[in-house]
Amino acid sequence: MLKTRFLLSSMALALSVAAPLQADTLRLAIMGEPASLDPHKISGTWENDVVGDLFEGLVTEAADGSRIPGVAESWEISDDGTVYTFTLREDAKWSDGEPVTAEDFVFAFQRILAPATAADYAYLLYPIKNAEAVYAGDAETSTLGVEALDASTLQITLERSTPYFLDQLSHYTAYPVPSHTVETYGDDWSRPGNMVSNGAFQLEEWQSQTRITASRNPYFHDVDNVALEEVVYYPIEERNTALNRFRAGEIDIAREFPTQRYDWLMENLPEAVQVAPYLGIYYYAFNTRDGHATADSRVREALSLAVRREVITDQILGTGEVPAYSFVPPNVSHYEAPTVSFEELSQDERLERAQELLQEAGYGPDNPLELMLRYNTSEDHRKVAIAIAAMWKPLGVEVELYNSEVAVHYSDIRQGNFDVARAGWIGDYNDAQNFLSLLESGVSNNYGAYSSDEFDALMSEAANTQDMDARAELMAEAEAIALEDSATLPIYYYVSRNLVSPDLDGWETNIEDIHRSRWIHFDD
Amino acid sequence: MLSYTFKRLLQAIPTLWIVITLSFFLMHLAPGGPFDGERQLPPEIEANLMASYGLDKPVWEQYLTYMGNLLQGDLGPSFKYKDFSVTELVAQGFPVSLELGLWAIALALLAGIPMGVIAALKRNSTVDYMVMGSALAGVAIPNFVIAPLLALVFGVFLAWLPVGGWNDGHWKNMILPVVALSIQQIAYIARMMRASMIEVLGSHFVRTARAKGLSESAVIFRHALRPAMLPVVSYLGPAIAGIITGSVVIEQIFGIPGIGRYFVQAALNRDYTLVMGTVVFYGGLIVLFNLIVDLLYSALDPQIRYDNE
Repeated sequence: MLKTRFLLSSMALALSVAAPLQADTLRLAIMGEPASLDPHKISGTWENDVVGDLFEGLVTEAADGSRIPGVAESWEISDDGTVYTFTLREDAKWSDGEPVTAEDFVFAFQRILAPATAADYAYLLYPIKNAEAVYAGDAETSTLGVEALDASTLQITLERSTPYFLDQLSHYTAYPVPSHTVETYGDDWSRPGNMVSNGAFQLEEWQSQTRITASRNPYFHDVDNVALEEVVYYPIEERNTALNRFRAGEIDIAREFPTQRYDWLMENLPEAVQVAPYLGIYYYAFNTRDGHATADSRVREALSLAVRREVITDQILGTGEVPAYSFVPPNVSHYEAPTVSFEELSQDERLERAQELLQEAGYGPDNPLELMLRYNTSEDHRKVAIAIAAMWKPLGVEVELYNSEVAVHYSDIRQGNFDVARAGWIGDYNDAQNFLSLLESGVSNNYGAYSSDEFDALMSEAANTQDMDARAELMAEAEAIALEDSATLPIYYYVSRNLVSPDLDGWETNIEDIHRSRWIHFDD
Repeated sequence: MLSYTFKRLLQAIPTLWIVITLSFFLMHLAPGGPFDGERQLPPEIEANLMASYGLDKPVWEQYLTYMGNLLQGDLGPSFKYKDFSVTELVAQGFPVSLELGLWAIALALLAGIPMGVIAALKRNSTVDYMVMGSALAGVAIPNFVIAPLLALVFGVFLAWLPVGGWNDGHWKNMILPVVALSIQQIAYIARMMRASMIEVLGSHFVRTARAKGLSESAVIFRHALRPAMLPVVSYLGPAIAGIITGSVVIEQIFGIPGIGRYFVQAALNRDYTLVMGTVVFYGGLIVLFNLIVDLLYSALDPQIRYDNE
């Protein structure tokens, strides 16, 4: 009797723990607690998961990440590419039923660029006329190139033709904010209870560090095609915890999984693993400042030649990362990246060439090359650094490994305290310019202070070129120069790693790893 | 007793002031600032951010401002969690950490004391070896190993309990983190209790009690247990500190919305105000718990009285 009772009670316990199957609620593990739900106060990718469901810009993302009309129904672009005139859809409404007007957009653009807002991501909008001056406090907000011609017509004037501008309008920095509630509640407008939004979902509840709940917005213009009734976002920083909760059926999508568990996952949950190329590059910066051995392009090339990228991607990381032979990742829209000239050489040929180059540069057994390699503290960065130091060993290079936490790492390498340093870049928008601009002279994210007049000239010519093909060619030429100079050491292209329940439909991998819940639904 | 308590509270003020001042300047001495990261911000953006948090002023001026605000109970805005003030974050997180910590302490005492007593009474028997063996394992295995193991076994394989989350403090969500948090403390307390029990059992007053012909249970419960518990009580102060810092890891692993996780996260993010907020809060808490332990001491040991000081 006692035994049966124990069995029954443990069964009851097990049943009550298993989450109730609510086919219209999506449970999503996001990779961190949002800093805010105000689109003007955020700068992370996990916030995009939530805020992108709550709001919709003039342009928005389809399930595959391609851009489709959002609040704007149609638009016209002037011949010189500097004036965009948008016609807003009539049925665009806030979740309280108020119409979304061109004024709301003007209000939002002026707000994010106002110095007092101190928005860290505002620089993405610098293509807009006077945006930079307004942000710096040198011009009145009213001079900003954004104007409401009438309630449903919005005109945006740019500093100069910017081919990727339309894509950028789907980013959260370009979302409208409800002027009528921001004026009522001030900074508290984005809190639950106060917030109204214009996306497929509206905010219900936010329990800090626990969960954010959003429900379908009945006023959304495409509400008939939104299958989910509710989305619950769980901020989970620990990737192993996210994996365990996914396995226990407590969440349906985990926006990242631990790399070390990839093999296990492929064996046990292959249908849930979604790995895809991602808009990002993992690279080492070479310090080209005077006084560093890496100021010599022969040294840089030798070091680059000796790195066996395939060993790093296949044997050290092994989660589908792609070996990198260019700085701009493949699949970037409207761009064909050139690759380093030695890609075709065999490993032995590369090593031989590397040895010659180092000798030419004056290094050899009597005068070994000594380098400080810095990386920010992380298990994966450490493994890669050790492997690369070992790959340089046959060249007689003596490497001192030095790690520090991320804030120290970046503040130090910006000051030039390194020879070689780990770095990475995730594209802000899907355009080669966003990557290549990191190598322009004097740019703050140009850690190694690489500088080439030829490169700079090509980039500025590209910036003034409207024809997309000609522009792409100019940028490719610029990249070829940077590769020839071994400006950096590209190692691998990032991949996105998601766990998606096989019960879900509508998930499509894409290079920006953007997934809006409005496209997702459960299998019937 | 009351005047003693008052005196101790007064002494806490300079202690806290030193802690706060040291932390403040150490934090600002640490290389890297709140806006350093993979993405360097354009200079005008960084300038606006610095200005909006008052970081453009000299450090001593920031210190004076901070102390002024602190005296008015204002811990400032968080740099990282922009929708919340530090006071709000602490107010939201602390009840969770406290609940977790109190249950863990309770479990540690309820399990550790009997284990130690039994081991002492059955000294050098199989029971003793078993208890002390598992206590040794409990001390040796860190909780960041135990926690994922518990989650895997009870959450994933057996599916009896949720793997993570807090769920407004539902008891099912609490079991695994409380157990993970208390295992190490159970082990410490059991070992300590055993040692002091053995010592007390060999003392003169226990021999006298036995000689009076008292039953064994009367000897143990009425005479031996209270003095034997003194070391455990004095250990409670450090134990609470241990549980609070231990919860840094446990809260992270189980995804619990407590304040422990801010401890490390805020420091790594250079979220200055949140770092200071947690330091002030934990500093005050530890001072308070030490005081409570000292007061408990006098309740347990008649030789210790604070009234006549």
